[in-house]
Amino acid sequence: MKIEEVPQDKGYLIEGRISDLNYAVDKNGHYTSTQSKGWQPKNEAMTMAWEVVYERAEEVRRQVLDGKLSPIAFYMELNVMNVSILASYAGVSGWKVKRHLKMKHFKKLKPELLARYAAVLNITTAELVDAERIRRIEFKHED
Amino acid sequence: MKIDFQHQQSAHCENGVTSNLLRYYGINLSEPMVFGIGSGYFFSHMPFYKLNGMAVTSFRVWPGLIFKRVTHRLGISVKRYKFSNPVKAMQELDNLLEKGIPVGMLVGVYQLPYFPKEYRFHFNAHNITVFGKEGDRYLVSDPVMEHLETLTHEELRKVRFAMGTYPPSGRMYCITGIPDHIDIKPAIVQGIRKTAKDMLTIPIPMFGIDGVRFLAKRMRRWPARLGEKAAILNLGQVIRMLEEIGTGGAGFRFIYAAFLQESAEILDQPWLNDLSREMTTIGDQWREFAVMAARCFKNRDKGLTSYDQLADILLDIADREEKVFKQLRKVSLT
Repeated sequence: MKIEEVPQDKGYLIEGRISDLNYAVDKNGHYTSTQSKGWQPKNEAMTMAWEVVYERAEEVRRQVLDGKLSPIAFYMELNVMNVSILASYAGVSGWKVKRHLKMKHFKKLKPELLARYAAVLNITTAELVDAERIRRIEFKHED
Repeated sequence: MKIDFQHQQSAHCENGVTSNLLRYYGINLSEPMVFGIGSGYFFSHMPFYKLNGMAVTSFRVWPGLIFKRVTHRLGISVKRYKFSNPVKAMQELDNLLEKGIPVGMLVGVYQLPYFPKEYRFHFNAHNITVFGKEGDRYLVSDPVMEHLETLTHEELRKVRFAMGTYPPSGRMYCITGIPDHIDIKPAIVQGIRKTAKDMLTIPIPMFGIDGVRFLAKRMRRWPARLGEKAAILNLGQVIRMLEEIGTGGAGFRFIYAAFLQESAEILDQPWLNDLSREMTTIGDQWREFAVMAARCFKNRDKGLTSYDQLADILLDIADREEKVFKQLRKVSLT
């Protein structure tokens, strides 16, 4: 890659704070390093990864509102977690987490366990049990 | 307490931490030098090892190896830590900082507050240096950031004990002793030979050059085996691993090319320059691969993705890399 080919396609990086350092050759064929604001293929891979997350979350939201799955399942998707990651953060065993993903079991959860899940999912307990909030949430990431 | 620490941005986190730590102890090695001596260049595609439920494809060696190899090859003594108890992990860090020792450590990016939100997946192999503490805030030199950052005690504890694939478990490392005389020439030769050996001779098809071919072979079968949708996700995962923040497959090839160029001068062996140029071409090819793959994401609804074409590029890359490393394997001091 030549120095003038170093991509500057603004995407998810924050200007002046975080950039990609690229190594490229100058006119004399010497390697130097220069900052890049981002690169299109990379940005697109990132966008796609988030679209997939939101697609899944949308599906789960439908099932939560139908009363099948619990809000934990929804926020788990939004936090890009899976059962094993959520289980290890919450300090609850995997099979229990799986149960708590169902509305039936979620309803019987004790307040302290709810609080633990809420903390891991970066929301308050009140927000966790608020079905209206789930209906309202809009999926977006800055482009 | 604050240590007079010089922060320099780098393309890849572990190179950066290693290079910054060495500079603090008066050893000036560029990022490419660290990467080359530490034999950071690698390839692996591991279907049994999952991230986000998909196979891990990696373009570098296992986290921690670069630091280990560079210090070992230069005769520098180090100490490494791993904890099961977060309280102890933070205490030990405080003790080291108290003594004026900057500490490198492994963290997860998921809860790293200064990272852009979009980059915060559950990825646990990021490296930072902590070099001081002011009140409750730790002073952090994160090699992919342009400037210094800070983290509170709570934030740092969280990222050091992130969960998921390869949890960091509070791993940290520091330099404890520097020899009087450092000769980097033999270290360069060792570094190159190790990389060449690993790329060429590991008898398991998932690693090295064979790993690239293995990925190509599996990629061809993705659409039939997984369906169009999962196939494109797998491709996306490869690209994200290829060009993740601060790291990157193509990026690593360019860093290695820079290393070969620098080595050609230090060892006074101009033939390495030719290989540096070839490595640049290989890096460009990896970029081409990423561009093509990205086009596939865009048209994914139309089902136009040609996995065969992508796999062909990979095979071509594998052949070229094989040629380069077959030559590099013969490198010696004279």
